[in-house]
Amino acid sequence: MADRLRVRFAKVGKIRFTSHRDVARMWERALRRSGLPVARSQGFNPRPLVAFGLALPTGCESRAEYLDVTLASREGPATTQPWGDSYPDLGSLAAALSDFLPEGVDVVALAGLASDAGSLQQEVSSCSWELEVLGVTASELVRRVEHLLDAPSVSVQRERKGRQFDDDLRPSVRSLALIEPPEGVATSGSSSSWLRTELATRPRGVRPRELVEVLGTDLVLARARRTQQWIERDGDRWEPLSVDDFGRTIIAPHAMERAS
Amino acid sequence: MESLWPSIEPLLDGVSKPARYIGGEQGATVPIHRDGLVAWLLVYPDTYEIGLPNQGLQILYELLNEREDALAERSYAPWVDMESAMRRAGIPLFSVENHFSAATFDVLAFNLSAELVYTNVLNLIDLAGVPVRGAQRTAAHPLVLAGGHCTFNPEPLADFVDAFVLGDGEEVVGEINEVLGGWLATERQLRDRAALLEGLASIEGVYVPSLYRVDYDGPVMTGIRPTTPRAPTQVVKRTISDLAQWPYPKRQLVPLTEVVHDRLNVEVFRGCTRGCRFCQAGMITRPVRERPESQVRSMIRAGLERTGYDEVALTSLSTADFSSIEDTVRAVVGGECGDQPVSVSLPSLRVDAFTVATATQIAHARRTGLTFAPEGGTWRMRRVINKLITEEDLYSAVDAAFSNGWRRVKLYFLIGLPTERDEDVLGIAELGRRCVEIGRGHVRGPTVVASVGGFVPKPQTPFQWFGQDTAGELRRKVNLLKDVCRGVRGLSLRWHDPEASVVEGLASRGDRRMGAVIERVWRAGGTFQEWSECFDLSLWEEALAAEGLSLETVAHRDRDADEVFPWDHLSAGLHRDFLWSDWQDALSAVAVEDCRWTPCYDCGACTDAGLEHVVASGVAPAGGSQGTGQDLSVGDRVPVRFVTTAGAR
Repeated sequence: MADRLRVRFAKVGKIRFTSHRDVARMWERALRRSGLPVARSQGFNPRPLVAFGLALPTGCESRAEYLDVTLASREGPATTQPWGDSYPDLGSLAAALSDFLPEGVDVVALAGLASDAGSLQQEVSSCSWELEVLGVTASELVRRVEHLLDAPSVSVQRERKGRQFDDDLRPSVRSLALIEPPEGVATSGSSSSWLRTELATRPRGVRPRELVEVLGTDLVLARARRTQQWIERDGDRWEPLSVDDFGRTIIAPHAMERAS
Repeated sequence: MESLWPSIEPLLDGVSKPARYIGGEQGATVPIHRDGLVAWLLVYPDTYEIGLPNQGLQILYELLNEREDALAERSYAPWVDMESAMRRAGIPLFSVENHFSAATFDVLAFNLSAELVYTNVLNLIDLAGVPVRGAQRTAAHPLVLAGGHCTFNPEPLADFVDAFVLGDGEEVVGEINEVLGGWLATERQLRDRAALLEGLASIEGVYVPSLYRVDYDGPVMTGIRPTTPRAPTQVVKRTISDLAQWPYPKRQLVPLTEVVHDRLNVEVFRGCTRGCRFCQAGMITRPVRERPESQVRSMIRAGLERTGYDEVALTSLSTADFSSIEDTVRAVVGGECGDQPVSVSLPSLRVDAFTVATATQIAHARRTGLTFAPEGGTWRMRRVINKLITEEDLYSAVDAAFSNGWRRVKLYFLIGLPTERDEDVLGIAELGRRCVEIGRGHVRGPTVVASVGGFVPKPQTPFQWFGQDTAGELRRKVNLLKDVCRGVRGLSLRWHDPEASVVEGLASRGDRRMGAVIERVWRAGGTFQEWSECFDLSLWEEALAAEGLSLETVAHRDRDADEVFPWDHLSAGLHRDFLWSDWQDALSAVAVEDCRWTPCYDCGACTDAGLEHVVASGVAPAGGSQGTGQDLSVGDRVPVRFVTTAGAR
């Protein structure tokens, strides 16, 4: 029996303007309402044991957010699921959690996790994004993308702990290309272009806004949507919890295997 | 009607805390607008994170949306970055539910909880695209209403707000809606704004300032009286007699982003009879009306289940005085209101060991700091203000706090109180020093924070006759304290900006002429004056000078017995002669008891309204000299029988 659950959820629409901390609070309340026996930390101020992956910048959407929930062990024979009879299967648990979450935050996949599975923070090494960009024509944008990809290094100024640092962005840009507007997405006008990019999370994550800024200060990032997070090992890569079809709850076979 | 969302959305990437503007809270209603429904926009004139938890606004929001002839949405003051983005883009004030323009509503109803937001009220009316002065509005504009504690002297806003509501809003909001609904049912071309205002003035508890004339003799205001028989010579506040009939909010809003008081809030009683003379809230909300304990429990149970909160606050002006406090706390902590761990917070602790014992029982989490409010530095001072806490009460409370694992105690004090001497001010430091000593007996490195605010005399209180300290005098007193506190390890001093206290005084007791001052400050860009990063005294000084008014006459002048107050025609139920005799008692340091458990002083709050105090239990709560038997002893020295010095160096 798994003592941890991994949940994949989407964050789309108006709610994209809430922060990572806001989303953590939404989850704490939703988990309490769900009645799941979530383990709590020790000490004077016990908190539910919930671990979130990479923070999503405020204003960005995502189809690939994750959290790991540690479940409290139950008294008695461990033959039943730790959530008892309230949820006969993971699918109905996922649906119930979505009901307890605000509009725009929805569970898209959920699975048990082996106790030796690494943490999201440690394991995820890159993220894929779709970005809607305004300000220049598609052909001009193509030119700038090629220029960036050809450059040996791309310098950005960042501030950390009150000091200025000069970081090279280029190694973190794994891929970058123009794409057709994604299906079912309302675009911000006829002059908009869409980019798909994969950005490494190490040594430091690249924010979509930073990438768009190095493509030109005349560009406006109208919309950013994280579509995948990737775990990479030994030349192989996979999602922490994959989902075949956005919106349909499935239990990722891969994760189930690891959890068994 | 068209949603402004498509034009708002692009602005949100460039402003701080954009979640303030998206709505979508759990418990929110997104109403459908149609003819026949009076559309209310409930506006809180401060930021979203301050305004969202406001219980008064949430109660009216639910009551209106439950009606079949009304709907309500909400709006909050956009922060300065968002406001300038909106003005640049030509976007008016909007509701957070449908993102409709404010001017498309029938009513803009403001919540006035604090005086320093007055310039924000003007700014929001303007941002709505509505003329700020009532006289310039036509039948095509929304009606501008205001309620909340500040309406007990609404004169500074009289030129800008069409009607003020005094007292509890639960019943009167429906009566206003009916008058408005009738008026809106008449054909658009035939609507007469003057007739609407007269109709509103005939509702009990509603004050329509444009129907009253103010007379002056030079700088002195000599009287205020109605210009039409439809307006009463005195407007008396509304009071709901039974809180049990109003178990609201039933669907407390759960915000998507961080706000103050982010927890379940359940109001356990309204009103207070402690009789603290500086406290406007305690005076104007009498009598005490407790909610039945069973209803408190069921509201907690339903609220926790619905929201998923892990904390509930039992709210009132003095929650430790709730006669069923022990049973309620035991029930919540004992799991009778839900099967997950819950912490309870009592926003207002009474100062005694008994209260700390209750706090210890409930705060199994977050045992970081406890706050007490002795308010005055000496027993004499506390008798003047009728805050009857003996040193013994305070020391035993602090001893109980530190011995139960708390490491930080915060003490609230006022300076600039009537009859205050320097020894009273220095008494604050002495109390703080003794509290640190007590703490050393129990924990390593105890911290005591003395937080000092400049006293602002408020209308409808015994101190309404008192001339407020100048900013210079308040600063001198803060400096006295800074000097002595500096040498005490573990004691730290915090203080409010004395200049902001003085401006609050202007807005609290000013008459109708203060309106022009407020308008000038707003036009000069002075919004968010309750935020220290935005407050600017020079704007107020320039505006006062331009209007020929002075801080001296409005704020710092002692009033005579026969002073005509700008709020004389508005009644919170308290007799003027009661307030005057209480003021005289204060000047001679004579205290009065809590009238819930002792004979009536005939202050007027119960008798005139045909009400009585409603208590859930017939027995006064136990504990301390503030429990059943209050210590009223006169004389400057009170024998202190109990001081812990263990571990003192």
